Amino acid sequence: MNATLPIADRATHQLSSSNPVSAVPSTQRHSALVRVTHWLTTLAFLALLLSGGEILLSHPRFYWGETGNVNMRPWLNLHVPSSRRAVPTGYGYVLPDQNGWSRYLHFEAAWLAVGTALLYGLFGVFSGHFRRNLFPAASDLSIKELGNSLLRHLRFERPGNEEVWSYNVLQRLSYLLVIFVLFPLMIWTGLAMSMGFTSAFPLSVRLLGGQQTARSLHFLVTILLVLFLFIHVLMVLVAGFRNRMRAMITGRAIPPGE
Amino acid sequence: MNNVSRRKFVTTGLAVAAGASGIAVAAKIAQHHGLIPPDAGVLYGPGETLTYAAQRLLTRHSMAREFSRDQISTNPFANPVDPLGDEFTRLHAASFVDWQLTVDGMVTRPATLSLAEIRSFPITTHITMIGCEEGWTYIGEWTGVPLSYILDRVGALPQARYVVYRSIQPDWWESIDMADALHPQTLVAHRMNGNELPVPFGGPLRLRVPRQLGYKNVKYLNHITLTDTLKPFGKGLGGADPDGGYAWYAGI
Repeated sequence: MNATLPIADRATHQLSSSNPVSAVPSTQRHSALVRVTHWLTTLAFLALLLSGGEILLSHPRFYWGETGNVNMRPWLNLHVPSSRRAVPTGYGYVLPDQNGWSRYLHFEAAWLAVGTALLYGLFGVFSGHFRRNLFPAASDLSIKELGNSLLRHLRFERPGNEEVWSYNVLQRLSYLLVIFVLFPLMIWTGLAMSMGFTSAFPLSVRLLGGQQTARSLHFLVTILLVLFLFIHVLMVLVAGFRNRMRAMITGRAIPPGE
Repeated sequence: MNNVSRRKFVTTGLAVAAGASGIAVAAKIAQHHGLIPPDAGVLYGPGETLTYAAQRLLTRHSMAREFSRDQISTNPFANPVDPLGDEFTRLHAASFVDWQLTVDGMVTRPATLSLAEIRSFPITTHITMIGCEEGWTYIGEWTGVPLSYILDRVGALPQARYVVYRSIQPDWWESIDMADALHPQTLVAHRMNGNELPVPFGGPLRLRVPRQLGYKNVKYLNHITLTDTLKPFGKGLGGADPDGGYAWYAGI
């Protein structure tokens, strides 16, 4: 991938936190593939969140192990209204059943997410995007550096110039966590609930500890992803909404002070 | 138009044409191998087709997970059903001795089987999970006649592609493809956990498809029809639940 880039583009692509920034005026920040997959993922994630939340309303309780139903004790009862009469909620009403389109949309959006992830993953490996932009430098991984970065985040400090061109260490670590841990876990726990899938791959659910455990983990990882989304958007606001959005939409960023 | 842009134009055109005909050919092949679900034409058809095709390629012969006896749920849950009507009440009062299962459509010997006959057929037992699309599950031991045995007995024609099955409950019907219909774990179940199948769980007869969700496991089964097309049934989407907006394939 890199080999096909014109020299000028390659230079800006290879910018990292150690490169001097002032030499490069308004220029390439995110490659087209990163931008397209970012927004496709956003679309898929919002659809999955909406439809998943809706499906959850038909049984807002969670169990460990293989089995769980209203005759059994859940480890978590969300105490929200339900779309099923059979679930006692304490509310005097039953929400309308929306599971038909919700389930259709959930799986269609999951296909979009998986397809996008494959594209992004291949690009990440073969273009050097992961190595260059996501894997943190060894020197950034010391307790002191991580602590400093954490403090800067907690103080909501507007990042310095170098971060217009490159991710900071906490940002890299959280993106790595989402891309290589939480996203695969989401797909895994989702598939482990499918009786068709587990008939072909029984270990997928056995390793997790059961169908209901898979469902509980699917929910817990969702909470982590929503937390990530909140912090991600908050950090974009702190760092400068206009410039960051411009970079993720047009690919170009304007260096601060111009 | 210079050379470069003409070449680009031609290659783009060729790529688009190849892509389009590629999709058309793929659709033909998929149709031929039974990888297109009957609800492929609905709003969410593309995702549904991917799900069904992917699962069929992976699961045509795979077996639903079976559990040990000590994993059988002591507190299974039966979703409540609408009142079952006068005919059911009458049959129930007579211990279902007059319950009948009609098998027709693309078969050489259409038959109406009595409950006693069905109970005399060879049985299969498996301890499997029932999972509801709502998210809850239980494990039970199911005993019944493999559907494939009954299909053999009535002489299912090789052109048959789907089995449509109905409940005594009006407007409660579903269908499965032959991969599921001939699957060794697919049962016309008449016993559960060692007893006659209780009414809340679908007794006297329930179609048990353990690789699919609860809503494909129709209770109070009394009619089976073999067909090569689902078009004439309801809205043509293959079941009462698909007609109501649910996916026809419920392996996920």
